[in-house]
Amino acid sequence: MIQKITLTPFNSFVIPFMAGVLFLLVVCIWKYIRWIRLFNEEQRAVLRKNWISWNIFPAIWEMLREGLLHIRIFKRNVVLGIMHQAYALGWFLLIVAGAMESMSAVRHLNSDNSPEFASELISQGNWIAYSKTDTPATDILQNNPENVKIHYKRPLHLAIFYRYFLHSNSPQFKNAKFYANLMDALLLYVFLGLTLAVIKIFRSRLMGMRNTTRHTIIDRFSKMSLWCIFPLRFLAESVTASLYGNGGFWTLSLAKLFDPVIVEGMEMSLWLFYSIMLTIFFVTMPFTRYMHIFTELFLIYFRKIGMTECNAKSGYSMFELNACSRCGICIDGCPLNRDVNGHKVQAVYLIRSIRMKERASVIRTMSTDCLMCGQCSIACPVQIDIASLRKIQRNKGAIDTRGNYSYLHGMRSPFNAMGRVAYFGGCMSHLTPGITTAMEQIFNAAGIKYWHMDHHATICCGRPLEQQGFFNQAAELREKNKRLLEESGAEMLVTSCPICYQSFTKEYKLDIPVMHHTVFIDKLISEGRLTVRHGQAKTAYHDPCELGRGMGIYNEPRRVLEAVSNPQTVKLERENSICCGFNLGNTVLGINDQTKIRNAAIENLTESGAETIATACPMCKKAFLHNTKQPVRDIAELVAENIILEN
Amino acid sequence: MKDFGFAIEKPRALDTDKTNRELYTRLLKREPSFARCFQCGMCSATCSARNFTDYNIRRIHTLFRQGQTQELDQMLKACMLCGKCTLVCPRGVNLRHLIIQMRKLLNND
Repeated sequence: MIQKITLTPFNSFVIPFMAGVLFLLVVCIWKYIRWIRLFNEEQRAVLRKNWISWNIFPAIWEMLREGLLHIRIFKRNVVLGIMHQAYALGWFLLIVAGAMESMSAVRHLNSDNSPEFASELISQGNWIAYSKTDTPATDILQNNPENVKIHYKRPLHLAIFYRYFLHSNSPQFKNAKFYANLMDALLLYVFLGLTLAVIKIFRSRLMGMRNTTRHTIIDRFSKMSLWCIFPLRFLAESVTASLYGNGGFWTLSLAKLFDPVIVEGMEMSLWLFYSIMLTIFFVTMPFTRYMHIFTELFLIYFRKIGMTECNAKSGYSMFELNACSRCGICIDGCPLNRDVNGHKVQAVYLIRSIRMKERASVIRTMSTDCLMCGQCSIACPVQIDIASLRKIQRNKGAIDTRGNYSYLHGMRSPFNAMGRVAYFGGCMSHLTPGITTAMEQIFNAAGIKYWHMDHHATICCGRPLEQQGFFNQAAELREKNKRLLEESGAEMLVTSCPICYQSFTKEYKLDIPVMHHTVFIDKLISEGRLTVRHGQAKTAYHDPCELGRGMGIYNEPRRVLEAVSNPQTVKLERENSICCGFNLGNTVLGINDQTKIRNAAIENLTESGAETIATACPMCKKAFLHNTKQPVRDIAELVAENIILEN
Repeated sequence: MKDFGFAIEKPRALDTDKTNRELYTRLLKREPSFARCFQCGMCSATCSARNFTDYNIRRIHTLFRQGQTQELDQMLKACMLCGKCTLVCPRGVNLRHLIIQMRKLLNND
């Protein structure tokens, strides 16, 4: 009769590890359930509707690409990408390869069924044997070794502490040496990331970062435990290798330096330290920046199924807040860091303060002091919707009552606007009337019937209020403008102001197409409705924040500019262009700081040797005007100067 | 009675000794650039809301300085926060922040 016995690896040092894993699991599940319950109606509807859809595949693809490979960081900076990838991919593969290694080993041991080896493992004290019958497993092994079926268990910790539990003279399974070398290679890969991380602390410029995040104490503590995990694993494996001769190329090479007699006593304690470091990391993880590891994956999934941030703090914002790894990539680009001192308000700090529930006044100051230029959103490798998170915080501090806009009731659209192109200059173009005049010339030259909506008086588009968190007042203004447009029967809307353009496109939900004037002119020129001559002026184009980063329009203005002038290459352009400093996003920034940012932007533009500075935003134009030696022109003005009229 | 568009205002006398300047000093702390204002009226001239109504930032400033704050909150609600006033101000007063802070002070925040 065949008797069954079961062997499972155990040593007291796995207890902290298992406790840590259990704690992490419980806390994470508890947090995630709580946040999902915090979803508002809109987000719940999305989740109910789309939780299983084809979008899961792109979501999984992005999880792999951003969670493990970190392609976005790579695109920004290769060395930084290698560092983040080595950590994420290296550790992930280490776990996968470890699991596969222990799986193959156990499968081999089970099929091998060698009673001698089993008794040896038991005698070493690291494997516990038990049987289902009353007879103890050791007796079965001794008395009846022929008729015993040994079953080896594979608990979670076998993969993590594999070299300790299976070392001496184990019956070699087929790819044992390959796995040992693979694990060493992966550990070496993680060490590469670790080395780069240490370099980043002392010489961040070598890693392509001018500024790095200043972390809190608990974050640093957690980071230290993370940094200790891998060297301790390496040391522990090397000591075991020097005693028993197992391990791959790297551990064995270090093992040769050790005297087995001396290091024998250290083996247990090294493995214990390794386990404790893992435990510290797991226990601190849900309360530190490392919470991003799993949260990022959830966020990618929710985003891919169509969830967005809304006007109040919700479960989705909790996922966004916790998906921030505080990598600090957003700090460098911020104009309030680059050109002005003393504004520690970057996305990473704001998100941390909200997450750590700092005092309301601190968070309020941080959230208001921001130009909303969008540099951080472009830089963020997790693509957190920082502008919306900021608006939610601003809304908390704002007195968001209904406005007193009864004076707008009298506004009526004219009878002759039917079927025309509505032209909305925006508030700011009233300060730079050259733009509206130029646009009128262009409309006339192209033979387009237009209706200048705000020729005499303008109703603000609502975005300035929206950005400051006055959601109700902004909605009132939007309603007014929307009614005006719908009543008029205009078939298209052209705006000169990128702020209005973004508002009309994203928030109004109009039935008619909305275009920025650069896009409109580009269309006119390419359709041959407008003929322009190629001027000789050397121009430098300034990408307005709201048009470029806000709406992703980079090529149309450049095409128009190429048609009428000689555009020069600017050092920081497209996504990286500097804000003009006068963006409406910031209400608290004083004139001195605004001027500093503006001067940096002007310097960036004039370095190219341009004779004329070209913009596509009345606000940027107003900011630059009279502060440069070069004339500042809007693209519409440059086009209007160079129109060839066909008689 | 027929409305000719004119009205006779009630006679008012302002006792400057009894002016409540508490709110004004608190406002100055929150937005020090207000002290630079020399009441030129550029802000009111360029104001979008001023195009439609008698909303007048310069007047509001004066009333706020004098502590006559009874109807100011309702008046300030007419602001669309478009920021033209801030851009044209020759003294670099941060008017948008000023308006937000005025409303906060008037609402005891």
